[in-house]
Amino acid sequence: METVLEAKNINKYFKKPVLFHVLKDINFKINKGEFVSIMGKSGCGKSTLLYILSTMDTEYEGELNLNNDLITGESRQKLTFIRNKHIGFVFQFHYLLSEFTVLENVMLPAKKLGEKSIKEIEKDALEKLKILNIEHLAHKRASQVSGGEKQRVAIARALINNPLIIMGDEPTGNLDSHNADNVFNIFKKLSVEDNLSLLIVTHDEDFANRTDRIITMEDGRIIS
Amino acid sequence: MVNWTVILDIAKKQLITKFKSTAIAALGVTFGIGAYITLVSFMTGLNNMLDDLILNQTPHIHIYNEIEPSKKQPVDGYDAFKNSFNVVHSIKPKLSQKKIHNASPIIHFLNKNKEVKGAIPQVKMQIFYIAGSIEIAGNLTGIQPVEEARLFNFRDYIIAGSPEKLKNTENGILLGSGIAKKMALSVGDRVQISTIKGDIFPLKIVGFYQSGISDIDAIQSFVNLKTVQRILGEAQNYITDINVKLYDIEKALLLSQKTEQQFNVTAIDIKTANAQFETGTNVRNLITYAVSIALLIVAGFGVYNILSMLIYEKMNDIAILKAIGFSGNDVQYIFMSQALIIGIIGGILGLLIGLIFTNIISTIPFKTDALAKVDTYPIDFNVWYYIIGFSFAIISTFFAGYLPSLKAKKIDPVKIIRGQ
Repeated sequence: METVLEAKNINKYFKKPVLFHVLKDINFKINKGEFVSIMGKSGCGKSTLLYILSTMDTEYEGELNLNNDLITGESRQKLTFIRNKHIGFVFQFHYLLSEFTVLENVMLPAKKLGEKSIKEIEKDALEKLKILNIEHLAHKRASQVSGGEKQRVAIARALINNPLIIMGDEPTGNLDSHNADNVFNIFKKLSVEDNLSLLIVTHDEDFANRTDRIITMEDGRIIS
Repeated sequence: MVNWTVILDIAKKQLITKFKSTAIAALGVTFGIGAYITLVSFMTGLNNMLDDLILNQTPHIHIYNEIEPSKKQPVDGYDAFKNSFNVVHSIKPKLSQKKIHNASPIIHFLNKNKEVKGAIPQVKMQIFYIAGSIEIAGNLTGIQPVEEARLFNFRDYIIAGSPEKLKNTENGILLGSGIAKKMALSVGDRVQISTIKGDIFPLKIVGFYQSGISDIDAIQSFVNLKTVQRILGEAQNYITDINVKLYDIEKALLLSQKTEQQFNVTAIDIKTANAQFETGTNVRNLITYAVSIALLIVAGFGVYNILSMLIYEKMNDIAILKAIGFSGNDVQYIFMSQALIIGIIGGILGLLIGLIFTNIISTIPFKTDALAKVDTYPIDFNVWYYIIGFSFAIISTFFAGYLPSLKAKKIDPVKIIRGQ
């Protein structure tokens, strides 16, 4: 099995307001095409772990490998590029740029990457929207679509650069059960059909139980 | 790698959705620049007018014979007192002639110099204007009228008649407007003048002269060079003053020193003679720029304020941009380009407003006795003010945008996203 993401001995401390050991010796691997969820009570450090894995948080001890390359200690410039090209991100809140249309929101990471022409990017973006069944929203303003739709737009945006892995911070936390189901099915489909790796932090037990593997965390440690 | 099209696109879209605050920020710059252009054009126009009032009719180098005591007293030449400290009391000026010795060759020599636009002779004398039993003291200057008009804008100060008319009328006089008023004279009338010695000459009034300085207008009149030589009973080589106009005013000091040494005359350059005008001009310019910079700083704070607000409102957008792969620099560039867009638009509008305002001001009637040739408020239209104004706009918005954009660059996306 090909490893996409590997964490070795990750330790993280919060220094404010008092010294606090958030993550204690975290070790795990995620294989290609694997759909993994992280569960745990509030404050157990699962989101903190996710932001370290996403390369946005660089203040930790240990090693992080993406696609068998060590990315710990890389420059911010390089990490920004890695985030842009290899990692797709979906948040609890949808975080679309409200001034832009749905299509433009989806195109944005690809435009930043700048590997393809605008025409190609637009074609890709429409394709991604089609996969998520929201191509009819393409030219609507991001502020004018519903919550469930916004989350799907965010997923389309995460997919636009064909990343190695999608990370989600409670992507269904803010959605009703119908929309949550919908989002889960999309993730599942991406994992099965496109062999995409997914790492999702969630509180939702139903959601977690349907994934390939659950990582349970307690007090900054992986317990199962 | 910076992808400018994407950055500018985001910057533009955010500004358009925040049109109102953008417009207000840009208007701050617009009024700052507009006020600067108006102020500087108007003030400089006024400055130039006031300077021209004096400097245009002032020769760049004025050559004459100064009445002064001898620098070398006879005792200095006596060997016996050579090593002693001599004190001479009550020194009197040396008896010398008023006329410039060998004036014609000097004029000829100066006119051949490539830096000299023209050197022309004058004869000055004291007279009395006779009105019935009253004698009014005055100055009479003998000139070459057409040459004076060519070199020293003499025509601008003639409010009736012309230099040519004076040249063609042998007994003609261009009477100072102040005297004309005192004596109730009009063009075509005759006026009698008397020399200090008491000889009386009738002269025909061909026009009026008005310098704008009433003290001068109340005493000064002009006649032809030959007329004044005749009144004085002197020959044609009798010349008391030589006025020199140069192509470059900056060379006046050097040439005046050279002339003084070469011909043993007194030569005063314009800067030495009129140092106070330069001081006045400098102070006025200083005030103009101080006020303009104050205006632009206020405008800069407006831009700073609005960008800070925008960044505060767009925290989430900044976090998301960083999460999907925009670097801190990209985010900074977005806000810097917004500041510069505001600066460029506000600046261009400010230049336009300045241009419109100055054009309006330049049509407002401004009539004063002191300035015969001025009908409207003077405006100095100079492309440099526009270049400086626009650079000011860009620089001030650049600094106003720099600090907020630096803040945006340093925003930690994790904190924002987790803070929800």
